[in-house]
Amino acid sequence: MPETTSFAAALPEIILAAGAMGLLMLGAFGFSDGEKSDRAGWTAILILFAAGVALLGQTGTERVFNDAFISDPFARFVKLLVLAGSATAILLSFDDLRRAKADRYELPVLILLATVGMLMMVSAGDLLALYLGLELQSLALYVLAAFRRDDVRSSEAGMKYFVLGALSSGMLLYGASLLYGFSGTTSFAGLAQAASAPGAATNLGLIAGLVFLLVGLAFKISAVPFHMWTPDVYEGAPTPVTAFFAAAPKLAAMALLARVLFDGFGGLFVQWQKIVIFIAIASMLLGAFAAIGQTNIKRLMAYSSIGHVGFALVGVAAGSAAGIEGLLIYLAIYLVMTLGAFACILAMRRENGPVEEIDELAGLAETNLPMAFILAMLLLSLAGVPPLAGFFAKFYVFAAAMKAELYGLAIIGMLTSVVSLFYYLRIVKVMFFDDAKPGFSATAPYVRFVMIAAGLFVLLYAVYPAPLVEAATAAAKSLSL
Amino acid sequence: MEIGLGHYLTVAACLFTLGMFGIFLNRKNVIVILMSVELMLLAVNINFVAFSHFHADLVGQVFALFILTVAAAESAIGLAIIVVYFRNRGSIAVEDINMMKG
Repeated sequence: MPETTSFAAALPEIILAAGAMGLLMLGAFGFSDGEKSDRAGWTAILILFAAGVALLGQTGTERVFNDAFISDPFARFVKLLVLAGSATAILLSFDDLRRAKADRYELPVLILLATVGMLMMVSAGDLLALYLGLELQSLALYVLAAFRRDDVRSSEAGMKYFVLGALSSGMLLYGASLLYGFSGTTSFAGLAQAASAPGAATNLGLIAGLVFLLVGLAFKISAVPFHMWTPDVYEGAPTPVTAFFAAAPKLAAMALLARVLFDGFGGLFVQWQKIVIFIAIASMLLGAFAAIGQTNIKRLMAYSSIGHVGFALVGVAAGSAAGIEGLLIYLAIYLVMTLGAFACILAMRRENGPVEEIDELAGLAETNLPMAFILAMLLLSLAGVPPLAGFFAKFYVFAAAMKAELYGLAIIGMLTSVVSLFYYLRIVKVMFFDDAKPGFSATAPYVRFVMIAAGLFVLLYAVYPAPLVEAATAAAKSLSL
Repeated sequence: MEIGLGHYLTVAACLFTLGMFGIFLNRKNVIVILMSVELMLLAVNINFVAFSHFHADLVGQVFALFILTVAAAESAIGLAIIVVYFRNRGSIAVEDINMMKG
């Protein structure tokens, strides 16, 4: 029964897609008016959890629907992270959107749809599946960025994201059309054959197609030089949505990038390695230096995320199983750190609304020591200070780069981490040594929960890193050059 | 003169470039950007259909159909965002989209 096994391999996606549509119906006709958004949010978290359970039930490697959909340990590792990121983002959204009077049941539905797109991207084994997954994710994200319809900054963020996202999809598609034309196939396996055939390295059509495809994906992961939308979108979008942007879509797009390059273009490794090294270095440098002058903490997190994309790309550039393992560990730890940091940003709120300037954190250690401590730990972890989790994330990717003899890349990476430490430490200094401003209002329980969980993770990761490392090692075996 | 694959690819490349410049050089109106995006996607479709015919392989045409569908969804969302923006700001001129620096 090949058909039933095909659908079984895509069960998490099917659950999510059907769940999203059912939730939309429930939101429109089912829930009573008062608690609509809360109920929709909890139902969405339940659906994400069900998809996660279905995901954990899968084993081995399956290639179904004419190789267009791949379910392997690599895909499952990233999918689990994406599901966790989406569920946490919904958890963070409850309180903030209610106070902004923007608590509508469409937000969980859109997050679910974006998550289906992300899972499709992670499992894509064909250019068509890649494109459809990416678009499903992007279209939902454009709407999410403009979710606060009455706020001019949110709608401007949506507009900017839409224009640049559509441009990047166009470039990615043009690359896909060239690849199809010059290899005669859209499946990654077929592309791999074409890419390792003699003369592939001088086949301009293939190379141009690969470059366009990489440009499109670099937009989605906001790597330099295609990062210009990131700070504006991060600043303008509602904060829970920004937390979602920084966490889940980035992971999915990174995994997709690694999958395309390793599965589809192993034969052109020498060619794409140069491009990846360039964007990795450029992203790390920009992430380190452009963040120094920022005063808005969401903008700062945008530049920080650009820098982190650069570090994660170091693992891809290594082109080895160790590099992929480093990439996966990096993504997992980055997810936790970034969600924790955004939980702290959501806790920055006074009676007359949320505040986003770094100066508003002044003297937080006097008014709210636990939050100041957790935020300091998360920021130092983002900078990569041992023995916090962020240090190990960087350690694995740089170790892989050293093994692949990319010494220059590893050294630049370490130097830029030191530079980035400067702006993270500046926030720590503001919190602990500046004159205290009035304290923040009480933090919502779920936000506090995410904050504490993330803080504990970065503090205690070093004690027991084995489960994550083992899972990443097993997952990394799925991809090879 | 017979019209071959190269001609189709040239037309598609020209349209794609026009679309891209339309996005970057346009200083007037966001609607024009939406049209430029559409132009880029249609250029890609010409590529796909031409390659599909040349390879005698249907996948390219299927791909083109999917692109048409997604392009329709994309312009619907784009227009919706433009309407929301216009309500808040009272203008959709490109030079007015500057609430945030960068």
